[in-house]
Amino acid sequence: MSVGESSTPLGKVRGLGSAQHGGEHWLTERVTSIALLLLGTWLLASLLLLPKLDYRTLVEWLHAPSGAIPMTLFVIIGFKHALDGVKVTIDDYVHEEGPRFAWNTLLLFLAVGGGAIALYAIARIAFGAVA
Amino acid sequence: MVKTGLGGAVGLPETCLAKGRALSGRPMASTRPRPLSPHLTVWRWGPHMAVSILHRATGIALSFAGLGILAWWLFAIASGPDAYASFTKAATHPLGLVVLVGITWSFFQHLLSGIRHLVMDTGAAFELGINKTFAILTIIGSVLLTAAVWFYFMGVAK
Repeated sequence: MSVGESSTPLGKVRGLGSAQHGGEHWLTERVTSIALLLLGTWLLASLLLLPKLDYRTLVEWLHAPSGAIPMTLFVIIGFKHALDGVKVTIDDYVHEEGPRFAWNTLLLFLAVGGGAIALYAIARIAFGAVA
Repeated sequence: MVKTGLGGAVGLPETCLAKGRALSGRPMASTRPRPLSPHLTVWRWGPHMAVSILHRATGIALSFAGLGILAWWLFAIASGPDAYASFTKAATHPLGLVVLVGITWSFFQHLLSGIRHLVMDTGAAFELGINKTFAILTIIGSVLLTAAVWFYFMGVAK
């Protein structure tokens, strides 16, 4: 794919960089970081303000939409941000294409797998499968 | 070009500068090492560098230990009181507490240096003084916030 004289600055930056995703990956990292600034503050404040951190209190907290919805967002955006961040480290230090692809694939599976476990757990509590 | 104060000795290698210092009896201003541009092996540790590498290190710690423990914690709550009891047993073990305090500090350090990065992304805070102060503040802030959170947790003794 050639990037000729006629392309715009945005068109030139797309598809570049070690990740081959140019500016989009970079921008996604920033946007998710702003979301996590809010959601991380929410999670920390919740843990500090809950009357107790025992089993019953936590189940009630995550059963209510006010707990389940932000926690779902925190898990999805947190795992996405972690995936993007660790990927940059892999792209920085693993220079050969084969091993880099292997590490990035392993990372993707870990992130999606870990996120799925966390989301399943939240759903179970939110939908009342936990007494 | 190097001024040595030795009368026309211009462009001498560094060893001659050292001799110039010895001859004069006291260090001459002109014999101080000349500033060098940072290069692969020419650099000195500073708060900005430390915070930069800490941002990556704490990010990796949060990605694996932080999110790993979060998933474990949520799954334990979803699996019932017994599973949650074994989670709290591990979490309140001295080693577990060390890990949790470490994650708390990583969270605050990554959050504060993340804010610093967002500010710098706008093109601000690149001046040497502000940049250094900002870097030091993220470390002071993360340590103070971690201490505050854990004093609160211990004080409430949940």
